[in-house]
Amino acid sequence: MSKPAYDVAIIGAGIVGAACADVFAERGLRVVVVDRDVVGSGATAAGMGHIVVMDDSDAQFALTNYSQKLWHELRSELPDNVEYEQPGTIWVAADDEEMAEVLRKREYYQKRGVAVSVLDQKQLKEAEPNLRDGLAGGLLVPGDGVLYPPSAARFLMTRAQQRGAKLKLGISVTQIAEQRIRLSDHQEIMAEIIVNASGASAADLTPSIGIKKRKGHLVITDRYPGFLRHQLVELGYLKSAHSVDRDSVAFNVQPRRTGQILIGSSRQYGAEHKEVDQIMLSNMIRRAEEYMPGLGSMSAVRVWTGFRAATPDKLPLIGPCPGYQSLWLATGHEGLGITTSLGTARILVDQVTGARTAISAEPYLPSRAVTECAHV
Amino acid sequence: MNKYSRQRFDVLVVGGGPAGMAAAVSASKSVARVAIVDENPNLGGQIWRGEGSDGSHSTEASSWQSRVRTAGVTLLCGKRVFHQPEDGHLLAEGPDDVIELSYRALVLATGARERFLPFPGWTLPNVTGAGGLQALVKSGLPIHGKRVVLAGTGPLLLAVAAYLRKHGAEIPLICEQTTRTRLLKFGMILLGHPRKIAQSLRLKKDIAGILFVPNSWPLAAHGEKVLEAVTISHGGRSETVECDYLACGFHLVPNVELPALLGCRLRCGYVQVDDFQQTTVEKVFCAGEPVSIGGVDLALVEGQIAGLAATGRTLEAKSLFDQRTKFRRFAHRLDQAFCLRSELRSLSSPDTLVCRCEDVPYSRLREHTGWRSAKVHTRCGMGPCQGRVCGPATQFLFKWNPDSVRPPIFPARVENLAASSLEGQSIPAVTGGLQ
Amino acid sequence: MSSEFTVKVNGTPVSVPSGATVAVAVMMAGQSCRISITGEPRGPLCGMGICFECRAIVNGIAHSRTCQVVCAPNMEVRTDE
Repeated sequence: MSKPAYDVAIIGAGIVGAACADVFAERGLRVVVVDRDVVGSGATAAGMGHIVVMDDSDAQFALTNYSQKLWHELRSELPDNVEYEQPGTIWVAADDEEMAEVLRKREYYQKRGVAVSVLDQKQLKEAEPNLRDGLAGGLLVPGDGVLYPPSAARFLMTRAQQRGAKLKLGISVTQIAEQRIRLSDHQEIMAEIIVNASGASAADLTPSIGIKKRKGHLVITDRYPGFLRHQLVELGYLKSAHSVDRDSVAFNVQPRRTGQILIGSSRQYGAEHKEVDQIMLSNMIRRAEEYMPGLGSMSAVRVWTGFRAATPDKLPLIGPCPGYQSLWLATGHEGLGITTSLGTARILVDQVTGARTAISAEPYLPSRAVTECAHV
Repeated sequence: MNKYSRQRFDVLVVGGGPAGMAAAVSASKSVARVAIVDENPNLGGQIWRGEGSDGSHSTEASSWQSRVRTAGVTLLCGKRVFHQPEDGHLLAEGPDDVIELSYRALVLATGARERFLPFPGWTLPNVTGAGGLQALVKSGLPIHGKRVVLAGTGPLLLAVAAYLRKHGAEIPLICEQTTRTRLLKFGMILLGHPRKIAQSLRLKKDIAGILFVPNSWPLAAHGEKVLEAVTISHGGRSETVECDYLACGFHLVPNVELPALLGCRLRCGYVQVDDFQQTTVEKVFCAGEPVSIGGVDLALVEGQIAGLAATGRTLEAKSLFDQRTKFRRFAHRLDQAFCLRSELRSLSSPDTLVCRCEDVPYSRLREHTGWRSAKVHTRCGMGPCQGRVCGPATQFLFKWNPDSVRPPIFPARVENLAASSLEGQSIPAVTGGLQ
Repeated sequence: MSSEFTVKVNGTPVSVPSGATVAVAVMMAGQSCRISITGEPRGPLCGMGICFECRAIVNGIAHSRTCQVVCAPNMEVRTDE
């Protein structure tokens, strides 16, 4: 059999696919990326673009922390249109119970070298005057950032192309076989390995991997510079039902460099259509207004939905796909795709090339997910 | 305090211009609860803005307005429709309230807006649309003694010139981009339409003496902080004319955002309707400019047909079909006579802004192969105008197809996006943070 | 027929005829309505509320489309924030 034209064929030119292409190309491999739309057009274009460290689990912390450091290193090379800003995140505590959680988080982060500080009620109000009165305080994480994801994806993709990677846009992949993908224009691409980085649609091509679509809504306002300084997230989970399979909303707002405010967030299970769900939207907005009443009278310019790629255990799939010889996965990033794209790319490429990964790749291996799905 | 209220109607008409008024009057022959919702403070839409409201003299505009009043149509003026929270319901916003409107039948008479084409200097203050300047003067802008250059295409330029002159403006010239040949052909078309001849003769009197130049268009607008002069091209030469205002009219673009949001099928950018003005969505009708750019006469007939058909009076509706055909034919010929020439695609220099909300220059847009790519990567079309200005411009410049519509179809207050009678169901706030 | 009253544009009183829109008041004051994101002065383009170039702060409310707002006595308009 003749040698495949490419070392790597990546399905999906979102932030994850673009990051992977960038690292593969940097290591000298011959790369082709295929996307059915334009670069960064799926969840990459729909999401909030935050870069955050998370402590839901040690594995999630490891990946987000590793990846955030990579973004910090990359920062100076990012062009202006990526709009990288570092406003930091404040986890907002509504009452004493949630403040206890703030203290727990502080300990967790500090032990692991992440700079954080606790804000009391007065300090919280000073940091964000437009939050309502009567909140208990919060945890400030100054290293967290935001950017404009489609531009970031494009930057990474362009860098990959400068190193020889090829890009095919407007073409879908219809089938994955060993060392071969079939395209919607009836062409085929041969590659030593294939990477499925197609996000929420990943399960269309590899149904065994158990990726489910998790729909979200976002609202963006006109420009109100100075109204919001940090990304804000609520710590409300102590009061609400903890659930992985029920629709929910959470207070989460983000300032854009333009002065526009992004208002989120919502999470829906089993919703396949991309139309706006009025009930979800209403609840999400009301929740946001509870924390920041001033949002209500702002001019909302756009509302949209997007689909996150969700796995049952909230950790992405990075590694060889069980049941295949030449298929690898880089998907299932849920709401952390932008953050963990850079770390994902390195972990994946390290595995492929047999290099040592900077953090343990064990928690993200796809073999764990398929086993879980076998029982569904 | 933002008030929320609900109102139910048999027939709801969106848009209070000629088509909307005709639909409302026709519908109220059969049913009791008919309403017009329009964001302007008074009825009339764009073309009849400010007419008839002072009752000064009898015009077609004031005649229809009094018919609307006599018919007992509910007027919801100063309310702007922005969202469809569920089938059969629309949300409309006023300065301090939001109304949820439900209906049995809906007539969309959302009219049209002007197309703006970019050229160097077009973003200077006092460069406006042709209809735009007329609207500003109707809204109190003093124009007496001011020099106004008109540029673009079509009879609208002449109508605006006549109006401005009546209010004391000085008009150095009117630049019409179409060719002399096409103009002559248009002149002959008028012979087939007596009403149009009378109109145009009146117009001719009103604009007598104004220099009218075919084959000409603006090349650049000049000024420090505000418009001071415009350079126009004609017959291969260019000439710079000092002026206070430059009013440009490059055709009208149908307002199809609400029909698109409701799922009505579009064809070539216009709302597809059957003989009874019904769209592809049941119980939703459309009349006037969103169906085809055709002016007042066509809008009035289509509005009547829609209002009658929406209330089951199909025989009466049918009796208007011939009239509609006649007016449609005229509108079609008008379109052909004044279609935009290709030179207008090359007016921009690389740094000429095309998207004015996000200040995206021509050079950045040219890198992209379609609207979606340009939108995602440059944010063209993501500003508050929601692509209403840059969409038609890029469509003409690059042959792009501005894509699907999302709510709100007009910027609305955040709190009003949450307004809905579907309130009963609350969703628990989440477990933790980042989604 | 039309009475006149005063509104303030950036602190300066402007006399406007009754029924005039705020956009007109700003134009009469010789000011631009807004500054674009790359620093260009802008004024009304469409005159009918769809272009959003006429946005200014009216009585404290940001992003008001001034061509759609009728002047009221003592209205405060700011275009310089």
